[in-house]
Amino acid sequence: MPLLQVENLTKTFGGLTAVADVSFTMQRGEILGLIGPNGAGKTTVFNLITGIYRPDRGRIEFNGRNIVGLKPHSIARLGIARTFQTLRLFPTMTVLENVMSGQHCRTKAGVVASLLRTTAQCAEEEKTVAVADRCLDLVRLTEVRNELAENLPYGRQRLLEIARALATAPQLLILDEPASGLNEGESLELRMLIEQIRQSGVTILLIEHDMKVVMGVSDRVIVLENGSVICAGTPAAVQSDQRVIEAYLGKEED
Amino acid sequence: MQEFLQQLVNGLTMGSVYALVALGYTMVYGILKLINFAHGELFMLGGFFGLTWLTASAFSGLLKSPLLGLLVLFLLVMAMVAVIGVLLDRVAYKPLRRSPRLTAVVSALGASIFLQNAVMLVFGSGYLVFPDVARDIYWMVGGVKITLMRVIIFLVAVCFMVGLYLLVQKTQLGAAMRAASLDHDTSRLMGIDVDKIIMLVFVIGPALGAAAGLMVGLYYRQINFAMGWTYGIRAFTAAIMGGIGNIPGAMIGGLLLGIIETLGAGYISATWKDAISFAILIFILIWRPTGLLGERVADKV
Amino acid sequence: MKERLRNIRNRHHWWPLVLLGAGWFCVPLFANSYWTDVANFFGIYMLLGLSLNIIVGYAGMFNLGHAAFYAVGAYTTAIINTRFGIPLLVLMPIAALTAAGFAALITRPVLHLRGDYLCIVTIGFGEIVRIALINNPFGLTGGPNGVLGIDRPALFGFTFYQPGHFFYLIWVIVILVMFGMRRLENSRLGRAWNYVREDELAAEAMGIDATNMKLLAFILGAGLAGIAGTLYAGKMTVIAPESFGFWESVVMFAIVVLGGPGSIPGVVVGTFGMFVLPEIFRGFSSARMLVFGAAMMLMMIFRPQGLWPSQRVLRVRQAEGLESQGSAAGRPA
Repeated sequence: MPLLQVENLTKTFGGLTAVADVSFTMQRGEILGLIGPNGAGKTTVFNLITGIYRPDRGRIEFNGRNIVGLKPHSIARLGIARTFQTLRLFPTMTVLENVMSGQHCRTKAGVVASLLRTTAQCAEEEKTVAVADRCLDLVRLTEVRNELAENLPYGRQRLLEIARALATAPQLLILDEPASGLNEGESLELRMLIEQIRQSGVTILLIEHDMKVVMGVSDRVIVLENGSVICAGTPAAVQSDQRVIEAYLGKEED
Repeated sequence: MQEFLQQLVNGLTMGSVYALVALGYTMVYGILKLINFAHGELFMLGGFFGLTWLTASAFSGLLKSPLLGLLVLFLLVMAMVAVIGVLLDRVAYKPLRRSPRLTAVVSALGASIFLQNAVMLVFGSGYLVFPDVARDIYWMVGGVKITLMRVIIFLVAVCFMVGLYLLVQKTQLGAAMRAASLDHDTSRLMGIDVDKIIMLVFVIGPALGAAAGLMVGLYYRQINFAMGWTYGIRAFTAAIMGGIGNIPGAMIGGLLLGIIETLGAGYISATWKDAISFAILIFILIWRPTGLLGERVADKV
Repeated sequence: MKERLRNIRNRHHWWPLVLLGAGWFCVPLFANSYWTDVANFFGIYMLLGLSLNIIVGYAGMFNLGHAAFYAVGAYTTAIINTRFGIPLLVLMPIAALTAAGFAALITRPVLHLRGDYLCIVTIGFGEIVRIALINNPFGLTGGPNGVLGIDRPALFGFTFYQPGHFFYLIWVIVILVMFGMRRLENSRLGRAWNYVREDELAAEAMGIDATNMKLLAFILGAGLAGIAGTLYAGKMTVIAPESFGFWESVVMFAIVVLGGPGSIPGVVVGTFGMFVLPEIFRGFSSARMLVFGAAMMLMMIFRPQGLWPSQRVLRVRQAEGLESQGSAAGRPA
């Protein structure tokens, strides 16, 4: 059974068709790149999968379960975590607190437990901090754990978003342009980080404009144009596809 | 049917007053994303300034020609309240442009309390009576009593609203206002003097509110320092009903609220009328979370 | 691991607080009954401020109709007590539950509204409740005159009737609530409220049910306001709609914002500013409210973050200060 199966996904805004009949599947453990020119509907696909928009038509199955119509928080709880293209951290909270948010849906202390500080609640809190620290360690942000998120430099904020998403213990991690705004060195580190995350057993779906990153890490690549899939295959196959070169790569290399 | 029509006429009169006041809320909100809780007090000041001029001996000569007199009266009162509106912005809101929104709300509430009590100290806490201006002139149209004052109120309100609509939609200044309400920084880059636009909003909004306050005084012939709150909250309700920040929304919301209120008071219960208005507002918002004409603000992801 | 935990919970020296508390509890021994009563209402308003702080401070929602929940608590207590003679302290949890249930019922359909729309809706709820109380539905609320002859609270045969008695009853509850708030603030729920306040969509994407967290904030806040309502009813023995108008909601809102949203010490100083100071300046008589309104504006202009902001806000301020000096490093955690 594939981890994620998307069938005939369609979404229109007003008269504009943002996503038209998009279908693809993802196997456990793979890295799938989603590319396409600006406005091709990539982020909309992400927003449909994570429940921020509701598709007009189509099915999204995660682990064999239809997740269309579920709220974003339920989808996150099922094991899909994401980052945002425009950073959406909790700006006036510390780096550590930001990452701790991921464990919220994996813990369950209620009002009474929190008031009485029961042993179970204390254990949960310790686990939350431990998981958060592990994720911060992975993206090498441990030293700034007590800084405020808004005071980090841009590249580190991107990493923080990844750490925060990882803290939800996801099966599928969705990264929306993680390399945008990163310098050469940082994007190289990012590629290594993505590989490392896959190694730990997380499946990754990735939107990226940086061709080095997306072609370097992806097992397969899907190309969207005007909301529809125009090509899918290995990075090598996609790069040599005539339609893709015309629609996208050609323009880029002008 | 006759009674229904009469209620409708009353509702439209009341509604046009609410709409004028609602415009002040909605314009300030549109440009500053701030609820100007002191706007009701500016409305109230319109009534008090109007009464002061009307009873001043120097003015009595002008009243011999009522039309000219009223015109001068309106202009004077509107100008005075506009000055106070600009001052209000300078003192209470301008220092807080970059502060959290909760802060500005409390400052607005403080300004409202301040103005209300200032008026109470100067004019006393009782009701003040307006002189009778053209109150007994009326026509019967199909059994419905239409007084001259109602016609004046409705026409003045409509003129102001049409004027404002044309200003905002058809002139370059209006285009600058619309741009500034979308994004201050980008507007500045495009050469728009945003501070001037904000000042303009604090001239127009309070001036319209003052006109409404003066008309309420002329019509009901009594005013009180606390009237700003009752009318203010209803006008704010109207602005939200239509979709706050949206100028036609404020007009429609105001007229609708006036009608709902008079019909509610007439056919359901007078003592529950405010509760009915609020309940209808809440139902409208459950149905359309940003009001009747408000844009559906989708979170940009 | 223990150290890590301590790192996220703010360390504090407790003894000055304990000393201050002990000193405060001696007040009724020295103060006359007028000032003891001022201290009593100070306590009741602090409860209200703490309860609204959950909604406005932690979860970041506008609520300018909090007096509605206070009223539901007070009237529940008053009506059941005068009709069935059930003692007040037994009614306290019932009042809390009724207010919380009422909040759940009315706020559930409007939780999705954005800031200012929620603001007018809460004003609307407040006004609807007040109008309902005046109109005496089913002969329950006694109309404009309210409900008379409410019992004093009693515990094991001891009746609280003097101001000094009430002082201890009210302030024991206030201290307990402050203690509980502090724990809540540093729990997963407290953090979740903050996440929702900072960025609702991001919080949802992290698996936090934002609607549920907002509802919980309203339920807890209303429940606590209900308890304050019981105390008020027991203290006054007469309650009337005018004590639960828009003005009360404004005072509660200003307590939270003036002190610093999300800050427990902020509620203490905010209540002091909004309630005790006007009491002290009663001598100004008619100009009192004028000064009061001006003070509200001035405080916001000169202390926009509040008189005693939450530690988080302080950290932000510190960071901004350091940054402007050109060194972001070496900041105290």
